[in-house]
Amino acid sequence: MAEGMSRKPYLRREGLSWIFRHPRYLRYMTREFSCLFIGGWTLWMVWGLKQLADGPQAWFAFLEYLKSPASIVFQVITLGFAAYHSYTWFKLTPQALPIQIGEDFVPGAAIAGAHFGVWAALSIAVLHLAGAF
Amino acid sequence: MSERLVELEVLRYNPETDSEPRLQRYSVACREEWVVLDALNHIKESIDPTLSYRWSCHMAVCGSCGMMVNGEPKLACKAFLRNYEGVIRVEPLAHFPVERDLVTVIDDFMDKLKRVRPYLIPKEVKAVSDGEYRQTPAELKKFKQYSMCINCMLCYAACPEYGIIPKFIGPAAIALAHRYNQDSRDGGRAARQEEVAATEGVWECSFTGACSDVCPEHVDPAGALQQVKIRSTLDWYKEHLMPWLKA
Repeated sequence: MAEGMSRKPYLRREGLSWIFRHPRYLRYMTREFSCLFIGGWTLWMVWGLKQLADGPQAWFAFLEYLKSPASIVFQVITLGFAAYHSYTWFKLTPQALPIQIGEDFVPGAAIAGAHFGVWAALSIAVLHLAGAF
Repeated sequence: MSERLVELEVLRYNPETDSEPRLQRYSVACREEWVVLDALNHIKESIDPTLSYRWSCHMAVCGSCGMMVNGEPKLACKAFLRNYEGVIRVEPLAHFPVERDLVTVIDDFMDKLKRVRPYLIPKEVKAVSDGEYRQTPAELKKFKQYSMCINCMLCYAACPEYGIIPKFIGPAAIALAHRYNQDSRDGGRAARQEEVAATEGVWECSFTGACSDVCPEHVDPAGALQQVKIRSTLDWYKEHLMPWLKA
């Protein structure tokens, strides 16, 4: 090192500004943020199970509450976040699960498409079992 | 030949005189085909010889000229000025300490790269007289994309996890470890797992995917990290739930 040369590296602090640096970070944080709603909804359903265990009166009160406007708004928002989370997650599957056959890799669209297909089939099955049609 | 006046706002930091970095604006008469690196070279040659930055090949091979161009990690030799409008802000790579102007301290990455043993650890050591380690085209293709990494560190500047948790081994180092793990001639995975499968290895990654977005060589480090996670998880299940499967 040359004589008289001094080093004083400066570390720039970024804070939370990175979230707005590029739309991809905002999309990522939306995906992560969706977990709060999905987690909240799941805990709510566990509470619903407890109401079921507590007897008919508690259970029917819970079902009534599910139909309240506040509850419907929360469920619609959660459904939106759950759909967004699932969509973004399945879209990433070709990166996590590449399939090589011989020299070639199966196209990413086929891997993601298979996940979307199974997701749709299972959703239809659940709706059918729930008596939606 | 068409020229246009481009305004560049360059981050300057002189450790001998500055307590913190500042932005300096330059007006540069640029040619249509110029990249950011050409503009910086022009500034250094004709306007301000004190400007410091790294570069070498000017052809996206050496990986030296990584910097933030309008907040996005780019190779300065690949960022065409014609793709930008207005004032172009040029800063050193995010998440790395600034040594001087656009030059960053890269010791952290170099140390992490060394720790993941990014080299072939032969499965079986052969004498030279026994001939070469042969490989089929399919076996080569399994890892080839990861071998395109030029260590430019754009992925580290793009990764929010690395910015928040500097101990995270990070995208390029893990992708390179994965490159050797995927190599049919290699037997070093167990040795690499110590670093790669640790908390500060793949488990700090939450799959933002920015590393793969910004890679100038179209490597997919984000994919490599998820694949390492899956294999490490399978290792854990095999070890704890199916110990009889252990070789």
